[in-house]
Amino acid sequence: MTKDVSTRDIVYIALFAALMAAINLVPAIQIGFLPVPITAQTLGVMLAGSLIGAKRGGLAILLFVLLVALGLPLLAGGNGGLSVFFGPTAGFILSWPIAAFVTGWLTEVNWRRMNAIWFFVFSVIGGVVVVYLIGIPWLAMVAKLSLWDATKGSMIFVPGDLIKAGVAAVIAETVRRSYPLMQTVR
Amino acid sequence: MTIGLYHPGHSPLHRLSAGTKVTGLLVASLALFLTPSVWFAFWSVPVAFAVYLSTGAPFRRLMAQLRGPAILLGLVLAFHLLFGSVADGLLAVTRFATLILLASAVTLSTRISEMAELVEWGLQPLRPVGVNPEKVGLAIALAIRFVPLIAEEFRHIREAQAARGLAANPLALIVPLVIRTLKSADELADAIEARGYER
Repeated sequence: MTKDVSTRDIVYIALFAALMAAINLVPAIQIGFLPVPITAQTLGVMLAGSLIGAKRGGLAILLFVLLVALGLPLLAGGNGGLSVFFGPTAGFILSWPIAAFVTGWLTEVNWRRMNAIWFFVFSVIGGVVVVYLIGIPWLAMVAKLSLWDATKGSMIFVPGDLIKAGVAAVIAETVRRSYPLMQTVR
Repeated sequence: MTIGLYHPGHSPLHRLSAGTKVTGLLVASLALFLTPSVWFAFWSVPVAFAVYLSTGAPFRRLMAQLRGPAILLGLVLAFHLLFGSVADGLLAVTRFATLILLASAVTLSTRISEMAELVEWGLQPLRPVGVNPEKVGLAIALAIRFVPLIAEEFRHIREAQAARGLAANPLALIVPLVIRTLKSADELADAIEARGYER
């Protein structure tokens, strides 16, 4: 963490990393028409960016990923440890800090006009587009799949991710109206 | 540290330092990715499995931990059989299996505090570019401390809502959780600043 990170920032970063872990306790939801259960994992990524901004949000998720690497079972279903980073889906997990940063940056730049719609759009750009742009090529490379096959295999998660972006937007908008956020940004 | 995937024990792996184990893991992954031989990857699986068993954790727990990765690797193999070549599929899956087994063995046999020290040590060279390893250490310690507290908070909110007859609803759960977290972050930061931790 760089020189311009204050103690207050560190506390925010640490507590949001812990919050991300708690959000993963929300059990995966199975929705009838979707082939795979929806886990809460990227919901925390979208929320970190939307609520505490680019730098702190990105670092909070980076810290969360680091905690997983240290051996804490914080991913959905109690997964964790170094093995996660050697599996086929490592790219998706490593993309999360960047995703949170992108969502946070877009949110900061447009803070004055934020509402649920914009929170949704920025959550999709960070928490879905960025995640897939990094995760899919990584999957294709390490699993020796073609880019097209890797994309096909990942597409089943898109509907769930869009639902999550919607949930993240409603949560972020509710919190924005009820708690003074980003005092340091504006 | 009570939470975590670490399993206390006295195996040879437990006695090695965290740095040695992580270096070994990186060397193994490099060797596997630089050797495009199916045989090498294939025969490394039983070796990695033996290392994994040598951690001395209960057999049931060891097997339970492998279920998730096994399903994932099954999917990768299925994709290769359907759309790609069998050789590529076997190479990819055996590489993954070896590395996942070795990485799990490292996690099982290394305390989280040892891993955190390794991270702080590894960040020292980044000091000139503005990374402060002590601050990273503080963030890790705070987060580890707060994971069980926020999880407890989560259960309290869930129970309070259940007592009022509400069904589990992610929206109704996460909003109060986020606001409580923000409040405790502000309070904690005030407390740290009041004690002059940073000028």
